[in-house]
Amino acid sequence: MSAKFISIEGITRRFEAPDGGMTTVFEDIWFAIARGEFVCMIGHSGCGKTTVLNILSGLDLPDDGAAIVDGKAIEGPSLDRAVIFQSHALLPWRTVLGNVAYAISSRWPKWSRSQVEEQAKRFIEKVGLKGAETKKPAQLSGGMKQRVGIARALSIEPKILLMDEPFSALDALTRGTLQDEVRRICLETGQTVFMITHDVDEAIYLADKIVLMTNGPEAMVAEIVENPLPKERDRNQIHRHPAFYAIRNHLIDFLVSRSKTFKSEIPADYDRRKPPVVLPQNQPQPLPPSHEAGRKVA
Amino acid sequence: MRQTSLRLRAGIVSLTILLVFGLAWHIGVSGSGPTQQMDPEYAKLMGQTAVQGKSAMPGPLDVLAKIWSHLKEPFYDRGPNDKGIGIQLAYSIGRVLLGYGLAMLVALPLGFLIGMSPLMARALDPFIQIMKPVSPLAWMPLALYTIKDSSISSIFVIFICSLWPMLINTAFGVSSVRKEWLNVARTLEVGPIRRAFTVILPAAAPTIVTGMRISIGIAWLVIVAAEMLVGGTGIGYFVWNEWNNLSITNVITSILVIGLVGMILDQALARVARAVSFPE
Repeated sequence: MSAKFISIEGITRRFEAPDGGMTTVFEDIWFAIARGEFVCMIGHSGCGKTTVLNILSGLDLPDDGAAIVDGKAIEGPSLDRAVIFQSHALLPWRTVLGNVAYAISSRWPKWSRSQVEEQAKRFIEKVGLKGAETKKPAQLSGGMKQRVGIARALSIEPKILLMDEPFSALDALTRGTLQDEVRRICLETGQTVFMITHDVDEAIYLADKIVLMTNGPEAMVAEIVENPLPKERDRNQIHRHPAFYAIRNHLIDFLVSRSKTFKSEIPADYDRRKPPVVLPQNQPQPLPPSHEAGRKVA
Repeated sequence: MRQTSLRLRAGIVSLTILLVFGLAWHIGVSGSGPTQQMDPEYAKLMGQTAVQGKSAMPGPLDVLAKIWSHLKEPFYDRGPNDKGIGIQLAYSIGRVLLGYGLAMLVALPLGFLIGMSPLMARALDPFIQIMKPVSPLAWMPLALYTIKDSSISSIFVIFICSLWPMLINTAFGVSSVRKEWLNVARTLEVGPIRRAFTVILPAAAPTIVTGMRISIGIAWLVIVAAEMLVGGTGIGYFVWNEWNNLSITNVITSILVIGLVGMILDQALARVARAVSFPE
């Protein structure tokens, strides 16, 4: 098992600004994801999170640097990397089954119709939509639509699952249920996942590692937070874990203040190629909590 | 319940309007009785209009009788200037469908190209903008001169007038396919041909069919005028021929028939539009 299944190596992305100049969204970003790891990226709007994900999916290309998967630089979209879109992006003229089957028949063009349908039905059942196969997306609720999006992405058995704020458009209850299901499915299959989110609790519940981005433009990876919670976690119990508030406070503290100030007070030993890895631990915390709460392990 | 009662009430109002209009028409054209005393022989020569004060305009009953006679024998053929209204209609519909079909063959692929390529969209835009507002009949002399066949020329005129709405709508529909659907296809590594048929075509279909519906309406408007110009056969020629025959009943009958066929063509495409539309 490679520790660097996915390796982001010095990627930079610039866009044309309205005034004719160039805006650098983020610059010289380095981080890696191991096989089977669930990594979340957190940062404020405008830090280029979605662009990082688009580069990983191959829909966008970096201006500098490279995103390397399994030893090969990403040059375009691939069926090895499935995307779950924030807006679910279902084809509205196809049924639930048709949407999932479309992905499967793209993945395995030589499969027979019955093989494709069987696979599609298996994954539709997996996300709890059995019985809704013949419905059109317009007949589904937001949560159900996103379930179809998840089924579509998982059905092609990708090496990597990329999720762009997949639950942000859903109500809290539905979001919770879907998080549980995504977590269960990803654990079952040992799926490598990269997910973008705004939601600190979502990241704590789902992720093994959390990449913190500073504010854009010219955003950078401030640090990589290791989740101190055990891999086996229960949504209703995690807040009792001694390290829960350590990591939660650390993340919120970052989003509230350090994401703004990080760039002006970069630590002397900061290396872009090896952003500091932090493992927040339960320890007496001063009030208000500051970034000293994190203990460096790298 | 409310729905049906509204429909029923609307039907009653429609029928009332029809009856009032028919009655007014009937009264308007019926004679006012003998206008002056004259020699019966002379009166025969002068005709009903002069003698009985009757209008030269036929009444609704005359038109109904005419329609009935056409319905009894729609497809008779007694020489070049005396064919049944069904035959004339068949000629016109045939020309429209042929010209319209050819326009589809050109407009849909070309519209796809324009919609997918911003370069072609810009490059072809001036031509389309200039050609689009030209009355299709202005093409007629050029068509007659180059094609040298009046019937094919009218098909060409139908072609040219059906082309623009289809072309513009196809290009617009294709260029405004939602980016996220295209991204889905890209992440699934769908090839360009399959993408065109499985994502772009279904996504653009409602817009394309709207263009086709506009086109068929225009084509049916234009065919009447074109056939009046080129003559020979067709419902347009029939109208003009009956005008030369001073058969106003036949002119009115054809107006009704032209409207009916136009409505059927429009409804057929409305049905297609419903079939390809999708709720979001």
